[in-house]
Amino acid sequence: MKKKRIGSTLFLTLVLLFLYLPIVVVIVYSFNDNPARIPLQFTGWTTRWYEELFAGKGGYGSALVLSLQVALWSVLSSVVIGTLGAVGMVQATLRSGKGSRGDNLMESIAILPIMIPEIILGLAFMVIFDALGIKGNTIRLVLAHTTFCIPYVFLSVKSRMVSMDTALFDAARDLGATQRRILRDITLPLCAPAILSGAFLAFAMSMDDFVISFFVYGVGEGTLPLKIYSSVKTGVSLRVNALCTLMILAVFLLVAMNQYLQAVRAKKERMLQKA
Amino acid sequence: MSEQTPFLRLENLSKDYGQGMVLHSLSLDVDAGEFLTLLGPSGCGKTTTLRIIAGLEDATEGRVYLDGADVTKLPPEKRNLNTVFQSYALFPHMNVFQNVAYGLKIKKVPKAEIQQRVMEALQLVQLTGYEKRMPSQLSGGQRQRVAIARAVVLRPKVLLLDEPLGALDLKLRQQMQQELKRLQKQLGITFIYITHDQEEALNMSSRIVIMREGRVEQIGTPEEVYEHPATLFAAGFIGQSNLIHGVVDKVGEDGQMTILSEGVSLPAYAEKEYHPGDKVVLCLRPQRVRYGSEPQHGLDLQGLILDKEYSGGMQHTHIRLGDTLDIRVMSQSSELDSYQIGDKVHVGWSIRHAPVVPDNPAEEAQ
Repeated sequence: MKKKRIGSTLFLTLVLLFLYLPIVVVIVYSFNDNPARIPLQFTGWTTRWYEELFAGKGGYGSALVLSLQVALWSVLSSVVIGTLGAVGMVQATLRSGKGSRGDNLMESIAILPIMIPEIILGLAFMVIFDALGIKGNTIRLVLAHTTFCIPYVFLSVKSRMVSMDTALFDAARDLGATQRRILRDITLPLCAPAILSGAFLAFAMSMDDFVISFFVYGVGEGTLPLKIYSSVKTGVSLRVNALCTLMILAVFLLVAMNQYLQAVRAKKERMLQKA
Repeated sequence: MSEQTPFLRLENLSKDYGQGMVLHSLSLDVDAGEFLTLLGPSGCGKTTTLRIIAGLEDATEGRVYLDGADVTKLPPEKRNLNTVFQSYALFPHMNVFQNVAYGLKIKKVPKAEIQQRVMEALQLVQLTGYEKRMPSQLSGGQRQRVAIARAVVLRPKVLLLDEPLGALDLKLRQQMQQELKRLQKQLGITFIYITHDQEEALNMSSRIVIMREGRVEQIGTPEEVYEHPATLFAAGFIGQSNLIHGVVDKVGEDGQMTILSEGVSLPAYAEKEYHPGDKVVLCLRPQRVRYGSEPQHGLDLQGLILDKEYSGGMQHTHIRLGDTLDIRVMSQSSELDSYQIGDKVHVGWSIRHAPVVPDNPAEEAQ
């Protein structure tokens, strides 16, 4: 019994080390005071990589701004399109009173962008944008990112809609609400948590995307992932380590916040049930 | 429309969802102020009927008239009737006050009036002081009351109730039955009530519509449908009955006749005309049957006590007539304790309280 537990503890430790050791190395090296192109020795502590991160020539500031801009616009448009799509589809199914084959087809089409290999999608976007003469880098990125962000919002909202009591819509109609009113007063407020979690996921995907952005983006510094890639080509700058550390911190904070919100909600629900 | 138009008229309503007919040309007149119950097993079309009246569903054919106007094509918000849903369908993100106020808010009623009418409605369902609670903080019975308040606050011409007590436990259900009756009297509006519980229907309704497979089987007061079921289905569905299948043997005067069942000749009475050889069912309520050492109700049938069960003040007795015809009898336990299993007794009943209906194997209720 005891022996078994030692074995599993060891296994767990190894898995965690395997997963997180590289990240720890990145964090530690971001403080490494060794200006070599490929710094292997740890020669002392410094915070200058952080100071240089957004300053001066070759800084990451503009790339970060572009990434945030693209993510913001893509998330906003995918939230609108994905939510309306999911709500409309579920309500159409309700009205017809049965799930049709067209329904399944629509759903498959809607989530296709996350099934197609990114490299194909990227290539396709490049070809079509060039053919249509869409030249602006930001608009190209936003259009492409919106496409692969929609499914995350769509799936999240749709699963919420399906689990909702359909009598709520009937009740609202019965009380005199028009379709528009029902959407505003009933559907959207009840779907808000699902929209939010879909939006978070879409945001993360947009910030993280490399392959599609690589194909779509023309000349210039590019988004954060593109910029990191191009600076790594000429050796791992220690500033990249600093940037990665900040990004890990941001992700960690987001996850922690999400956990906290869920814990608060769960606690509130428990209290409601007791009352 | 002529002036004799009833308050609510359903005319030849049919509904086809594409997988067969759910309603077959259903017609029904409802008077103002009635407590009308649609009663039937699940799948009989009662909920569909209600949803068509509410406007939540379109009829494939037929028309709906409310207060003299044809409302068949009107959307629900223009019909001036409201529904209490089986699942209550309270909006989970709104508190009690907001739920009840929702319909008024949509109608753009002034704030002060909303406040006043919501409080009145909550008082009516005895939920004063619960305005700030969320639906998840309420018990089943309380949610039910909020749903009712939310519907009646709009002062509908008709209140439609779709099995509103189905999710409550027995004790609460009985209490709510009383309250709904009180509410209906107090408001004076027409209630159309759906249930599959025949006891509930008998307790509450001014009239009952018994439905089966999308058709009306019988319409009548609780007493009429209980005492004079028109069909075998109605007889089997309402209350308990010994359904004795047999053949009309002799037909006498004034509806008197005898029915032959399993070798036993049973005197019977029917207002409808039957002929010798007709297949019929005699519907005998267990509590209508008497037995003792003397002939009962002028009938002289010999019976043998097969079994006795005592349950809560009532005595259930199984009696065999002839060689194979077994009937159940229910009586006050104190009266007949002296008889034992195996005793021979005289059995009888008032033939006017044992209706005869045509036999129809397809109709038998489960």
